[in-house]
Amino acid sequence: MKRTGAQVVCEGMVQEGVEVIFGFPGGSVLPLYDTLPKYPELRHILVRHEQGAAHAADGYARVTGKVGVCLATSGPGATNLVTGIANAYLDSVPIVAITGQVARPFIGKDAFQEIDITGITVPITKQNYLVLDTNELPRIIKEAFHIARSGRPGPVLIDIPRDVFIDQTEVDFPGKVDLAGYRIVQQGHPTQVKKAAKLINEARRPVILAGRGVLISGAHDELRHFAETAQIPVLTTLLGISCFPETHMLSYGMVGMHGLGYANKAMDSADVLIAVGMRFDDRVTGKISAYAPDARIIHIDLDPAEIGKNVRVDVPIVGDVKRVLTALNKLVETGEHVDWIRQLEEWRKQYPSLDIRDTESLLPQYVISKLCEITGGEAIVATGVGQNQMWAAQHYSYHQPNTFVSSGGLGTMGFGLPSAMGAKVGRPESTVWCVDGDGSLQMTIQELGTIVQDKIAVKIAVLNNGFLGMVRQWQELFYGKRYVATPLSCPDFVKVAEAYCLPGIRVTRKEEVVPAIEQAMAHDGPFLIDFMVEPEENVFPMVPPGAATVEFIESPKKEVPAWPRRSTP
Amino acid sequence: MATTKHTIVALVADKPGVLNRMASLFRRRGFNIDSIAVGHSEVPHLSRMTIVVNGSTATVEQVRKQVDKVVDVVKVTDITGENSTVRELALIKVRATSANRGEIIEIADIFRASIVDVSADSLTIEITGDEDKIESMLKLLRGFGIREIARTGRIAMVRGGKGLLAGSEKQTRTGSKQ
Repeated sequence: MKRTGAQVVCEGMVQEGVEVIFGFPGGSVLPLYDTLPKYPELRHILVRHEQGAAHAADGYARVTGKVGVCLATSGPGATNLVTGIANAYLDSVPIVAITGQVARPFIGKDAFQEIDITGITVPITKQNYLVLDTNELPRIIKEAFHIARSGRPGPVLIDIPRDVFIDQTEVDFPGKVDLAGYRIVQQGHPTQVKKAAKLINEARRPVILAGRGVLISGAHDELRHFAETAQIPVLTTLLGISCFPETHMLSYGMVGMHGLGYANKAMDSADVLIAVGMRFDDRVTGKISAYAPDARIIHIDLDPAEIGKNVRVDVPIVGDVKRVLTALNKLVETGEHVDWIRQLEEWRKQYPSLDIRDTESLLPQYVISKLCEITGGEAIVATGVGQNQMWAAQHYSYHQPNTFVSSGGLGTMGFGLPSAMGAKVGRPESTVWCVDGDGSLQMTIQELGTIVQDKIAVKIAVLNNGFLGMVRQWQELFYGKRYVATPLSCPDFVKVAEAYCLPGIRVTRKEEVVPAIEQAMAHDGPFLIDFMVEPEENVFPMVPPGAATVEFIESPKKEVPAWPRRSTP
Repeated sequence: MATTKHTIVALVADKPGVLNRMASLFRRRGFNIDSIAVGHSEVPHLSRMTIVVNGSTATVEQVRKQVDKVVDVVKVTDITGENSTVRELALIKVRATSANRGEIIEIADIFRASIVDVSADSLTIEITGDEDKIESMLKLLRGFGIREIARTGRIAMVRGGKGLLAGSEKQTRTGSKQ
């Protein structure tokens, strides 16, 4: 049966199980938009800026494990997606971005709203396509979704000229994807697995360092079984948060630049480090030459290009985390490590990284800890980037997989609100909190319009300190307190919320925190709380840039003097 | 870090964008590609690329792994240090007069090069060999005045009976089974 290119795209999406598209229309994609109503199974959510569409698809994909879809028109629509695509690429998130392109006869002529988006996105996509023949569309749609979700997931972009949407084809979707150059080694090499098991069984001070690969692979149960059998403490990277319950006896939290003191101590002192689905980012390793000096490193990752990239590895195992852990679990012996765990517990006492100062003023850490208490640690928390992100990572205790949504690799300010929106659409039964900073939120604040129009009940907690807080913190610590371009004048967020027709309240005092959060939770729909927090509060512990992870600065227990508030208009 | 010349051979799907994607991985690290040669391979719809780059062994290996991840790259190996046959073809247009034409032809003969075009004041020489051989002949010809040079860049093949895809077909089979 003959179908138009636009119909092929819609049918392909339905076949691939797409339920929702985050998009923004324009001239080149109009044929597709015109076809959408014929496919009621595809819900379209109109964003206010295409960056929001890409982040929403990203947030949706992170909490559901499915492929997120975003849609934009040619030219500026496509370029506005770029940040979101790059973000998904660095955090290995499966999204398919569909962009309209000018009609074929206009390509290459600097036509109105023409841009070479496949050229632009080469380094930030797993694969991309410029479709020049409607007959190729069925194969390309199928391939795109397969590539996005399989192996190490990532973004795929399909650029479709206006007339390719309109042309007709009789070609059917292929039964299976045939890509000679796309091989994924799933099973870990048995010899390597044996070697790893031997190292683990002989280890005296082992730690597990778990990353987002555990979540992608769905290996939380295997990881837990592994840790419990061998009695190995579990540390996570920022993106690994929620892959292992933080309420668990063996959980010692996040490592890295703002990792917990005892977690960094454990990582530094380990004799065997089992890295699972993580990539030794510089925010994790600190000074590379001083990284885990005594440790023999076992690195389990699906991506061969990650092995040996940043640190020397003693036992590399390329394979799917779930399968490798399953194989490993058969060989790992019951362990004890009593002395080692006792040592870690001592460090936990020695470096109480999660203690919150008792002060009159409203501390952001206090807000997050109350948020955790009231939601029972059950909510999905999507964050912006900066101090708000680190506090949300440190002071909320995650115990369900895929409940922490954050921009790790790219560190994209403005990620919070749109990704929270995507997460809520993906998991409507869950409570979704967007924890954002006043700076980060203002980068994508227009998406308030989207959550109102599409009734997406995201709760927003703004940690408002009137600064670009993380940058200010660096200026305070490393640039002689010269606050250049970091004091920030903010709008009245409560009034902004009201202007968008969603309720909001301001919290300035400690005792207002709990009632405010409870009010937000009780409200059926989106809600914003503007927490006026201590302006010059810092994120600690902190590993200074260029230092070894063990050289973290503990929280200086000082009272910060009151600072004139800049955020009140 | 010490850099050396690396010869990388790749089999890639002959689709638009593949070259761009591969080149982008080298460019990102500021690698200058010394030469790149692309042509058909023994497998239909697969092109063979020979890329020569300068870089430290560890870095080149990391880039090779990243290139290997490109969906349309079927196989990529670094054959530096392997016993292989390396060739390049060059066309050299040299200024020639009736007085020195004989001398130029003699030089070409020594290098087993051939004269492929003659005009009143020039000769075009075709030479095949490794870069050293071509450079040596160029050195001798420079004195006569070189008008134009066209070089293909290096192509290379490992000696012995095995093809480039040997072993990887097996890998593909087990890969799809898993």
